[in-house]
Amino acid sequence: MAILITKDTRIIVQGMSGRIGQFHAQEMIETGTNVVGGVTPGRGGSTLLDRPLFDTVREAVEATGADASLLFVPPAFAADAMMEAAEAGIKTCVCVTDGLPAQDMMKVKRFLRRYPRERKMRLIGPNCAGVISPGIGFMGIMPPHIYTPGRVGIVGRSGTLGYEAASQMSALGIGVSTSVGIGGDPINGSSFKDILELFENDPETDAVIMIGEIGGPQEAEAAAFVRDHMSKPVAAYVAGLSAPKGRKMGHAGAIISAFGESAQEKVEILQDAGIMVAPNPSSMGETVARMLGLKVAA
Amino acid sequence: MDIHEHQAKSILAEFGVPVPKGHLAFSPEQAAHAARMLGGGRVVVKAQIHSGGRGAAGGVKLCTSETEVRSYAATLLGKTLVTKQTGAGGKLIERLWIEEATDIAQEIYLGFVLDRKSERIMIVASGHGGMEIEDLAEKDPGSLVRMIIDPAAGLVEFQARDLAFRLGLKGKQIGQFVTTLRACYRAYRDLDAMMVEINPLAVTGAGDLVALDAKMSFDTNALYRRPQVAALRDPGQEDPRESSAHDNGLAYVGLEGDIGCIINGAGLAMATMDMIHLAGGAPANFLDIGGGASPERVVTAFRTVLTDPNVGVILVNIFAGINRCDWIARGVVQAYQEVGLTLPVIVRLSGTNVEEGREIIRTSGLPLMSADTLAEAAKLAVRSRPSPIAAQ
Repeated sequence: MAILITKDTRIIVQGMSGRIGQFHAQEMIETGTNVVGGVTPGRGGSTLLDRPLFDTVREAVEATGADASLLFVPPAFAADAMMEAAEAGIKTCVCVTDGLPAQDMMKVKRFLRRYPRERKMRLIGPNCAGVISPGIGFMGIMPPHIYTPGRVGIVGRSGTLGYEAASQMSALGIGVSTSVGIGGDPINGSSFKDILELFENDPETDAVIMIGEIGGPQEAEAAAFVRDHMSKPVAAYVAGLSAPKGRKMGHAGAIISAFGESAQEKVEILQDAGIMVAPNPSSMGETVARMLGLKVAA
Repeated sequence: MDIHEHQAKSILAEFGVPVPKGHLAFSPEQAAHAARMLGGGRVVVKAQIHSGGRGAAGGVKLCTSETEVRSYAATLLGKTLVTKQTGAGGKLIERLWIEEATDIAQEIYLGFVLDRKSERIMIVASGHGGMEIEDLAEKDPGSLVRMIIDPAAGLVEFQARDLAFRLGLKGKQIGQFVTTLRACYRAYRDLDAMMVEINPLAVTGAGDLVALDAKMSFDTNALYRRPQVAALRDPGQEDPRESSAHDNGLAYVGLEGDIGCIINGAGLAMATMDMIHLAGGAPANFLDIGGGASPERVVTAFRTVLTDPNVGVILVNIFAGINRCDWIARGVVQAYQEVGLTLPVIVRLSGTNVEEGREIIRTSGLPLMSADTLAEAAKLAVRSRPSPIAAQ
């Protein structure tokens, strides 16, 4: 059944009528993803890509039974769109938008805490590539054809490095249950640990590869979770071994500003937790194969 | 986005932080005039650059006469100051802050940062200020006090009082500290700051608190709603390549090596740098062309990378999701023609429209080297560097 996106997931796209939203919604529909509608305030009552558009998320949920939402809303309005989705009862929200102010994310995370556990929305992103369960569907901006359906989960901050891992695995005949991009911002909806927990509980995932990078405490937190609470094997790679301290490397969160935030320190923390770490980004596929006990041609 | 000390002090003063009197000077004459306006006594001349560690680098001096101020200002202005934080290139001193001198009885460190663990604003303080926070964390970690602020209630008074007592303050200092702390928090919150630092917050000989140095850094993602902050940007303090790249929608960080990199995605860009290092080379830059890159943006990326004279080879590595390999390939060909490239170029394409992209590279008739994998691309780039002799 994979995680986050299953056969039963009904997806709406917030910001579907925008250029980027429309492009990706079309890709999703063409590859068989269950997109049931879109939300653009002021465009309610019209249709786009043969799907109904709504003024509010609440109306979209009431009319279509949507339980997941993908956001292509500009950064100044993205926080508001996330909170609207949460209030309307959306279960899983993926925000692709890059460039949200950090204090907007503080506000969103506080807002999400008002709901009891069973009613709380799971947020993925912002500034992420999205989620794909190969063979079922995807919510995001990834190229779906590079993924082979299978039983290994991928979770990473970077979208493109997730593609890299998936294609290296595909080349070795290893498929993916679900791949999740958690995004490159300093405050994000779901952490590595949150997603690892979902994979641990997913009967269709046997192992996980986690792709971290410099900056922030989430890899260390994930390492402790793997050591103490996971029965499934986890491999990892951490990008930025050669990144200079104190410089922001593209992602708002990719900056070494405290102890334990460099790639080298993170690699050590992960290895101490018994995680197999790929020595370089070209050996992510091989490392997963070794973890699974598969033979790899030298 | 960083701002100057004098700008940070003026913002914090508006919110209620006590700061010494001072004036800005762009010439030795203005500096001397500023000293006169401050009463002609002892003043501190402070070089204004976007960096800490200015004192240790010779950018701050206590002067006792107007003549001394004038001559010291003349030495500093137009000079490049190299501190522990600026890198070897240093930063140009174009302005000075002339400030009344303060008797210091005690130095306190006070910092506000975004704590990524709690995802809230955190105060870091120490009763042993004066040195950089990194040194403090290493040499005197026991003196550091941390406090997390609940965004719903904001910084509440008892927290501020508690911190004041833990730092050993007493009497009228308690009230002054509470005011200072709450002012810093409001400035951080209301202006979308990412960092506020007062180091030192001095206890004067008379027992009063005053901010002797101040640093603020702002969330670039929030500048659209903080025009008054955006107006404080000083492009003279930025790497011109980084600012022009930024204006063209590219994320660029200049580095020390000779392999120019054009990559999509921050993670893949960092990973490519790692791969170059492992293959025995050194990247000249980090560059993320971002999503949906047009051929024109690829050409701009080439131009940006080529502004670095150290670049001897260019590596293009694209794993297209939101991008299209055929657009990237067309951009590479266009760059070759428009820029008049003579350097070796290695291109690795993967993802959306990869076949069309590779076909464009193959049939271009240009001396472009194609690689199928990241490892192969990095190896090719390292091997294709001009030898140091050939480069001379």
